Formats: sequence, C-alpha cells, structure tokens
Amino acid sequence: MNVLRNPVTIGFAALGVAIVAAATFAIVPETKQAVILRFENPVTTINQWQPGQVIGRTGAGVIMRIPFIDKIVWVDKRVLDADLDNTLVLSTDQLRLNVDAFARFRIVDPLKAVTSTGSTSATEERVADQLRPLLGNALRNELGKVPFSSLLTPERGKVMDAIQDSLQRNAKQYGVQIVDVRIKHADLPEGSPLESALQSMRTARQQEANTIRAQGQKQAQIVRAEADATAARVYADAFSKDADFYNFYRAMQSYRHTFGADGGPSPEGATTILMSRDNAYLKEFEGRGK
Amino acid sequence: MITLPRWFRRPSILMNETPGGPWGSGGDDDKSGPRNPWAVPPGGRKTGQRPTALDEFLKRARGSYGGGGNGGGPQLPAGINARNLWLIGVGLIVAAWVLFTSIHQIGPQQRGVVTYFGRYSGILEPGIRLTLPAPIVDVEKVDVEQVRNDDFPREGGENVLTGDRNIIDLAYTVRWRVENPRDFVFEIKDPEETVRATAESAMRAVVATTTLNDAIGAGRTQIEARVTRAMQQVLDDYQAGVRVQGVSIKQASAPASLVDDFNAVTAAQQEAVANLNNARSYSQQIIAHAQGEAAAFDKVYEQYKLAPEVTRRRMYYETMEAVLAKTDKVIVETPGVSPWLPLDKMRKLPDVQAGQPAPQQQAQGAQK
Repeated sequence: MNVLRNPVTIGFAALGVAIVAAATFAIVPETKQAVILRFENPVTTINQWQPGQVIGRTGAGVIMRIPFIDKIVWVDKRVLDADLDNTLVLSTDQLRLNVDAFARFRIVDPLKAVTSTGSTSATEERVADQLRPLLGNALRNELGKVPFSSLLTPERGKVMDAIQDSLQRNAKQYGVQIVDVRIKHADLPEGSPLESALQSMRTARQQEANTIRAQGQKQAQIVRAEADATAARVYADAFSKDADFYNFYRAMQSYRHTFGADGGPSPEGATTILMSRDNAYLKEFEGRGK
Repeated sequence: MITLPRWFRRPSILMNETPGGPWGSGGDDDKSGPRNPWAVPPGGRKTGQRPTALDEFLKRARGSYGGGGNGGGPQLPAGINARNLWLIGVGLIVAAWVLFTSIHQIGPQQRGVVTYFGRYSGILEPGIRLTLPAPIVDVEKVDVEQVRNDDFPREGGENVLTGDRNIIDLAYTVRWRVENPRDFVFEIKDPEETVRATAESAMRAVVATTTLNDAIGAGRTQIEARVTRAMQQVLDDYQAGVRVQGVSIKQASAPASLVDDFNAVTAAQQEAVANLNNARSYSQQIIAHAQGEAAAFDKVYEQYKLAPEVTRRRMYYETMEAVLAKTDKVIVETPGVSPWLPLDKMRKLPDVQAGQPAPQQQAQGAQK
C-alpha cells in the first residue's frame, strides 16, 4: 500500500507504460506510408499508395507493432519533386541548349524504395537523388534525337512523353511512378549561342525596317502615278471635245503667262518682239483700204 | 512524424509530475536528471529558469505546512493537501490541453482539414468548431479564399525563346487559390513550389509555339488564356486542389540590347506612313488642279461654240493686247530691210532665259 502510494513509484510505472505504448502504437498520417522492419527484415507496408484510392479511406490511422523489435520507416506518399538544373543538351542539329527540367513522382512501392536505396531515413530524398541522373540521361537521349525546332512546336509534348516513358522504365526499380516530366527552361547557353541568336534577331529587325520603308515608298509612288493618270484623263476628257480650240485656248494662256500678262509674277528681263508686217495681229494695222 | 512525438511526450510529462514535481525527473527542460525538489533550497532553482505560476503556487502551498525542508530521500510530506495539489495541477494542465486542442477558430477565409488518428475525416467550415483533443484529432487550417500572387521571375524579366527562335524578355504573374483543401494538404509535397514550377513550364511551352510579334504584341491575351488552361490541366493531373485564377503578362518585350533595332522598325513604319500621306496630298492637289482647269475650259468652250469665230478673234486680240502692251515692239516694214537691233539690251536675254525656271515649262507641258 505504501509502495503504491509513493508518487515516484507510480511515476516510474507510468513512464514505463508510456514508453511501451509509444513503442507499440503509431499514428500513420495520410501523407506517409510505413514500412515495418522486424530486425531489419521488412515484414509489411502500411498505407501504401493505390490508384484510385480516396483520401479518408486509406490505410492511415493507428497501427500496432511489436515494441522495440519492429522499426517503422516512413516514406512520403505525396507527389514528390526531382529538379534538374542546367543540363546541357545537344539537339540533332548540333544546337546546344541549357535545360532545367523537373519530374514529379510518387513512391508507389515503399518497400522497393527502401530496399533499393538501402536507406531507412529520408528515403524520398535518396530516391530523388537517384532519379536526377536518370532524368538527365533521359533528357539528353530524347532531346538528342530531335531537332531544336521541334522543342519550339506543339511536338514538344511528344518529346516530353518520350522522356517520361524512358525515365519510367529506369525508375521502376525504385518503386517509383513518374507522374509527369516537364521542361521548365530551355535556354540558349550564355556566350556565342545566345549572342548569335541576338545577332540574327537584330538583322531580322533591320530587314523588317528596310522592307517596311521600301513598301511605303512603293505605295507612295503608286498613289502619285494614279493621281497623274487621273489628272491626265480629266484633261483629255475635257480638251478632246475640240482639239483645235484647245490648241488656241492653251496658246493664249501660254502667251499671257510667258510674257507676264496673266497677273502672275512678271518674268525677269525685258522682252523685245520683232514683228513682221505680215503678222496676223497687224493685219488691220494698215487699214482696210489697201 | 508531427503528431507522434507530441502524442507520447505529453503523457510522460504528466506522469513525471505526479511524483517528482514539475522540475522532477524526465521533464523536458531538466537536463540534470532526476532531482528531488524537497532537497533543493527554494531559491536554488531560480538561477536557470523562470518560476512558473505553478511553481509559485506549490511553493506557497509547501510553506503553509512548514516542515518541507527535512531533505534526504524521496519522502512525501505528510498531509492530504499535497496530494490534492498534485491532482489539481495535473487536472489543470490536462484541462488546458483539451481546451486548446479541441476548440478551433476557423476564419471566414479558412477551412480546417481534420484528421482522426492521422486519417482524413472531414473539413471544418468557418466558425468556432469543437473536435476531440489533440492526439486523437488534428486540424490543419488552410486559407482557401485568399488569392495568391506569384511573380515570375521574382524580379526583373527572364529570357524566353519564342517559336520563331527569337528571345523575349518576359515577366508575368500567376493568381491562384486553394480549391480543395484536402488535396492541397495530402496530395502534393510543397504545393506552392509545384504551382511555380508548373507555371514556368506552361508559360515556356506556350511561348515556344507563338511568334515574336504575337508574344510582344497582340497575342498576349491569348497566351495568358492558354497558360491558364495548361496550368490547370497539369495541376488537375497532380490532384493539387489548386484553381488557377489567371495569368497576366506584366512585360513582354524585346531583349534590352535589341531595343534600338526594334525602335528602328517602328521608325520605319512611321516613315512609310508619312511617305504615303505625302503622296496622297500630292494626289489630291494634282487631281483638283486638273478638274479645275478642265471645268474652266468647259465653260469657255461652251460659249465659244455659240460664236466660234468672234470668240476666237476676241480672245486673240485680248491676249495680244495684254502681251504686247508690256513688251518692246519692233515692226519690220519691208522684207529685205534689216532693222538695227539694240544688241546691248538684248545681251541680257540669254542669261535670263537660262535662268528661267525649267520646271514651270515642264509643268505646263504635263498639263497639255
């Protein structure tokens, strides 16, 4: 009775119970899969990902294990990310490209993931580390089969699918399902490839500018010529009614203009006119009598 | 691994407190191992740690029955009071724990994702909500209404390849929000980063199929719509529980080093327009002039037709009159007689004629 009343004894007993309970029960959250190792020998997996599974009806929850004998290895159940930065890729047309890509994957076989990486902690990161070079290889291989231009067309999707398939084949051994592979950046490397691209843009702009200018001049010329033609037709329409009278009428106008009699600015210099006696203007000069 | 340590750590503290006091063995803060509080002078503890309210309370309680300082082994001081105090202390801690972990205040823009022993069990709507306490039920609050803005790149602009192998300087913003808090919490690791990566890849994929002129000009709205669609599709594939509200291109321009060349194109366009305008104005002038002259001729001709001979004579005389009135005249009487010409006066004439503006003659020629 006295022993039981001793708070220290009770405390140690409770502590012991708590430790055993903690070692026996574990909560498996929705975001994790658990691999149970019994003396380092995998016995079972809990809350393993399954296609079409609805969240809330998974294996998550409280589990029991043999305390101190079973060890739990946690593996993430969510879609994970393996990033690959600055991979140099050579296309079939010998163009170099700097590619940043990422793969989204899910560990669907946690046991395989644990055994293949030989790790009992941070398995996801180990798997991602393994996937990265595989992704790089897949990128180089698949992008090396296509010309650069097909990366800049809707065909890009096909290339991505090919990369994903190729990666999936290699990733199987890690118990991984590749959800998606995407290219984040595909840039020309700094230096001469970038410079030459900029140079070609520059010349393309110059060409465009010159073309626009020439087109403008062409159109202007056409407009002027059309106006001249219209004017000629208007003149012809009017004057061809009586060509003889036009000749006379226009001559009169021309005389007035040339000799400064049309009210316009008088032509420079004096004019002296030598007239023959037979001139039509002087016909009446000598009188009718003659 | 979040709930697990909390789950077993907490009871162990409670257990330790019962026999040894809050500074007793196994406590989180005590590194020096089990120590009996009764053996320590009351002031000794204060060097390292602040006394909590419970410390004060216990100290006062101990003081009331005096003989606590007898030291030695772990011996419970006599009296039922001490036992009760322990029970009250533990009860208070448990009550506070339950209170704090079972009442959840969900803001109007939030939803609470509830897990029951780690397993998803439902969503808490806004308001004050009650659940079972912590190790059993865990609630994660997710902001679903707030629209999040992600800028790409985080500052400045980035070079993006267009379909016609040009490079543009691009900066854009993606607006998105959480649509399905359950998927957002459970399906994707680091959903924010996933949205970013998806946006970048979608934008580049779309720009890679557009031409330079579309990308920096009229095609922007279309690009925005296509990127929004592409992003949504990818995120739905991941079951990210994210709704992409929209993508807006803040800047899409030629690279800085090519700005002059792009401006040259604009200048050329304006020059072409100016050229054309000049031509049009010339065209208006020349046609109006022709019409005016033709109309004048028509009027005169109308009258001339009525009396051709008289009109012709009249016009002739009037013209000659006007012309000859202003000039020097020499009339040569008989053929064979050479008149004396004032050559010194005439000498000027060739100069003047040479100086006379040639275009005028040409213009008149054209009018004919």
